[in-house]
Amino acid sequence: MILSVENVSKRFGGLQALDKVTLSVKEGEIFGIIGPNGAGKTTLFNTINGVYPPTEGRIKFRGEDVTGLPPYELSKRGVGRTYQVVRPLGELTVHENVTVGACFGRENLPLEKAEKVADEVLEFVGLVARRDMLASKLNVAQKKRLEMARALAARPILILLDEVLAGLNPQEVGDMLGVVRKIREQGVTIIMIEHLMHAVMNLSDRVFVLDYGAQIAEGTPQEVSNHPKVIEAYLGDPEVAKRFLEGTSS
Amino acid sequence: MSTLQVTNLESGYGEVQILWNLSLGLQPGKLTSLVGSNGSGKTTLLRAVTGLIKPWKGNVTFDGKDVTKISPHEKAEMGLVLVPEARQLFTDMSVIENLEMGATPKAARAEFKQTLEWVYSLLPRLKERQNQLTGTLSGGEQQMVAIARGLMARPKVLMFDELSLGLSPLLVINLFEVLVKLKGQGLTMLLVEQNVQMALAVSDYAYVLSNGRVEIEGESRKVMGMESVRKAYLGI
Repeated sequence: MILSVENVSKRFGGLQALDKVTLSVKEGEIFGIIGPNGAGKTTLFNTINGVYPPTEGRIKFRGEDVTGLPPYELSKRGVGRTYQVVRPLGELTVHENVTVGACFGRENLPLEKAEKVADEVLEFVGLVARRDMLASKLNVAQKKRLEMARALAARPILILLDEVLAGLNPQEVGDMLGVVRKIREQGVTIIMIEHLMHAVMNLSDRVFVLDYGAQIAEGTPQEVSNHPKVIEAYLGDPEVAKRFLEGTSS
Repeated sequence: MSTLQVTNLESGYGEVQILWNLSLGLQPGKLTSLVGSNGSGKTTLLRAVTGLIKPWKGNVTFDGKDVTKISPHEKAEMGLVLVPEARQLFTDMSVIENLEMGATPKAARAEFKQTLEWVYSLLPRLKERQNQLTGTLSGGEQQMVAIARGLMARPKVLMFDELSLGLSPLLVINLFEVLVKLKGQGLTMLLVEQNVQMALAVSDYAYVLSNGRVEIEGESRKVMGMESVRKAYLGI
């Protein structure tokens, strides 16, 4: 296992955002995380890459206990991350943004080498044409690619993708899915949070479902999408609807 | 003819397009539901229809008039009324004061007393609570106040955004029974709901949104059994 999350809980005051979450991710797989709004998906990412420590539980990356380490320590060890709300350094160029990612990554590269890596990564995500533009001038789809490029420039072993498809049009979604597949082909393990169901279901080897901070299902996309608890979480409880219909017809 | 007709509507936020060539209609006296997963565009559609955000393309007609570019308060005056998500009540005001705030259209002001009696007959609990501060009511009671405030405007079309969110099953059933009564009185309604099972159980006609488009539409009873509904939510 490349990553193990063991009994991780996170509380914010009275809110139990994560409730004893346990999961393991295998090397080389695409692991999808889904769940209704507020289920705790991004909170889970935040505890994995050290944005904040879990209230309880352990996180192990390649056998090492990394619980509570800050994000830059995880980046050095090979855990990359994109954020749902992209925040590029707007006053820097696209190339400079990606160079920053390379400087503070796993290889801790000196500037010249980092610049080279940045060029390679821009090629990889298809942003070469925008290399010298200010990051603030990019459109949504390009900003999403930049976010991806910045994470990839750190040369991660495991990358956490938080809704990289959100806000993209169908054409852009297709292009982005191509990039995700290419990342996997390079041997990088991927955990992705995604609301776009057809994408996550078609791409993932395994899918993990959170609801109210707790696991409700885990398995292949086929298993998960037919799981009664998952259907209930997304579509509502059929029993309640039945009770309502029986009440109104009598 | 539809009381409210949306034709080829496109809209979104900033440069992000959310709604794609979306059309739907509300038949007079019917309860229509609009369901779809997170981020499918339900609330955005309501915002574009009411005028809280601008439609980029397409149009909205209400009672046969093109209202695409008409401001939200003018639409409310015409009888197109929204019960918003998370209720948005005046919590430091009493129940009756919240209801007075609902009766802002001219016609509604003129009939205030009769309307209030009618609303209290539908939601008797509110009469008991009329002088209580709204913020001190339970979640279910607050949702009743939100519905009541919408009704006080004497709507021709009443739209609900996420009526059942955060409420217990029993309360949801109670609220939906109120919708059934309103339907019995001929009110045209649009119910935007995350709880698909309940929405399909109560409505006559349903639209299923997925990624800002109408994925499925039909009589609710037929839509209920469709495998494609599960697929629209869960991808495969």
